[in-house]
Amino acid sequence: MSSAMVTKPVFGLIAEFPSAKALYDAAEKVRDKGYTFWDVHSPFPIHGMSKATGQGRSSLGYIIFWGGFLGFTTAALLEYIPSSFLFPLIVHGKPVNFFTVPPFFPIMFELTILFSAFTAFFGVFVMNRQPRFHHPLFDFEPFKRVTNDAFFLAIEAADPKFSETATREFLEEIGGQGVTVLYEND
Amino acid sequence: MAETDASTVPFVERMPRRPLVLNNRSMAWISDRIAGIVENKAPLWWWITICITGSFAAFGTFCILYLLFTGVGVWGNNIPVGWAWGITNFVFWIGIGHAGTLISAILHLCRQKWRTSINRSAEAMTLFAVMCAGIFPAIHVGRIWMIWFVAPVPNPNWIWPNFRSPLMWDVFAVSTYFTVSVLFWYLGLVPDLATMRDRAKGKVSRIVYAILSFGWRGGNRQWRHYEMAYLVLAGISTPLVLSVHSTVSFDFATSVLPGWHTTIFPPYFVAGAIYGGFAMVLTLLLPARSLYKLQDVITWDHIDVMCKLLLLTGSIVGYAYIMEFFVAFYGANPFERFAFLNRYFGPYWCFTWTMFYCNVIAPQLMWVRAFRRNWAIVYFCAMCANAGMWFERFVIFVISLHRDFLPSAWRMYYPTWVDIFTFVGTLGIFFTLFLLFIRFLPMVAMSEVKSVLPASDPHYHPPVPAGEEPAEEARA
Repeated sequence: MSSAMVTKPVFGLIAEFPSAKALYDAAEKVRDKGYTFWDVHSPFPIHGMSKATGQGRSSLGYIIFWGGFLGFTTAALLEYIPSSFLFPLIVHGKPVNFFTVPPFFPIMFELTILFSAFTAFFGVFVMNRQPRFHHPLFDFEPFKRVTNDAFFLAIEAADPKFSETATREFLEEIGGQGVTVLYEND
Repeated sequence: MAETDASTVPFVERMPRRPLVLNNRSMAWISDRIAGIVENKAPLWWWITICITGSFAAFGTFCILYLLFTGVGVWGNNIPVGWAWGITNFVFWIGIGHAGTLISAILHLCRQKWRTSINRSAEAMTLFAVMCAGIFPAIHVGRIWMIWFVAPVPNPNWIWPNFRSPLMWDVFAVSTYFTVSVLFWYLGLVPDLATMRDRAKGKVSRIVYAILSFGWRGGNRQWRHYEMAYLVLAGISTPLVLSVHSTVSFDFATSVLPGWHTTIFPPYFVAGAIYGGFAMVLTLLLPARSLYKLQDVITWDHIDVMCKLLLLTGSIVGYAYIMEFFVAFYGANPFERFAFLNRYFGPYWCFTWTMFYCNVIAPQLMWVRAFRRNWAIVYFCAMCANAGMWFERFVIFVISLHRDFLPSAWRMYYPTWVDIFTFVGTLGIFFTLFLLFIRFLPMVAMSEVKSVLPASDPHYHPPVPAGEEPAEEARA
């Protein structure tokens, strides 16, 4: 069984760091070294970490805008088509055309919000490629503490600069503890 | 920085920020204490309480079934009081929810870090309150199997709802509010469900929590999208929460009835909703923090701030009461004047003055710092607010209706036992759901509380012994 494990392709190297500050400082060094396929793992979002890792600002906001736009359009059509054509209901003697738009605003507003919220919620997990239950990181027993109080930095073998020996030395040099090789699980 | 005075002690040390978590608790302590609530056996008080609230919920459910099988005649509503306890309870419960969204959304945008200790339970409270609220409009139609008529779907009769009606706006506002609250709440839960997964002892619980947390790994590639979504949800929930109670108030404000037909309603309803909601947050969290020994996480500073919000919103509501009365006098409309004189001095005067006392006078105690840190006084004010906000809705709806334009149509309204026990039943449903929530899900957002610890700052320096160089880049 163990020999079978060794023949599996290498996923990457993982190192633990003692604090949020240590992880932040290490991330800046890994970024400056030019690695691309790597990530830091922490129990909570660390302020400014996207800058330290060079990952930049999430583009999710732009996607959510279009979700909201779709919601607005849906509401406009949903209100206009039945109210003006399918079932023109005359209330207070008011016209049924689209120029009576102010009473349509609340529902347009609500559906804009509703569709934006759905886009935001599902957008996170689509962009994170979740759900994913079998990740090589989950095979590393100490990684269980990442949701408690531990901080990890993992560099993937897919990275063009990855080398099992040089990267290991580099991680140890920047203060990584317990550097371990991880293997792909499937 | 301009802080170059004679003192050699840096500003951050002379006036340190109040810690949000007391006693320098570690991250592991936070996980243990909060996840422990779920993992340990349920304490005896929990079983006793849920038996009581569950009984109320069961009897409330019986009342609802009785209504559905018999008809809406089992309620005390009759012309001219066509809207009574049902709508009172609906607006009461919707209002309760608003504090949860205020804490999770508006305070997030304002970067109020103290919200992290209370936002999870307040958001859960929002969901349960909106569930209770939703019961009333659904059952008041009598023929519940026709409730789908409110949905704009093609049907064989080719009848469509009137989208210009405030009641239709309400359907959309409340259902959107509930859905967005669920999504916001669940997004916040995902990292904590991952914590529960990694702590789980049993295989079944580990698999369940793994599925619920979508395989969360806490990578920054995940956090950055997560934080963006959280920020956007907070941004869109802010106008949403303000709009929901405004829309509810349009149900009344767009009518022609004296006492309802007023432009002050939307802001007045929103302030009242937040007032009632914070009272319910305090009602739930004051006992919970003691029973589960969370005093280091939900500190007196948290309660102090919530009391100040109670004072602020209570005073806004008081301003609205007095201004309504003044405008009725100043507007010189005899019907409007009569409606307000009848409200304060008519047959239901005791309801109005109870409301006035509970919502305007009682919260004035919160001006005193010592009172804001005395659990008995805080609890008294919270209970006053809970009761006062229910009375406020009763006063607005029933008193305005029972004596309208035609004296020959005047009639008193009295609730039936079904009215009363349906409301008591929703209280039971609400508290039962909340008890189940604290039993099965982490009631404090662990990842968020950890993120506001001093050690979580990427520029944090541990305290330096005296005489050495102080931490210059320590963030304020």
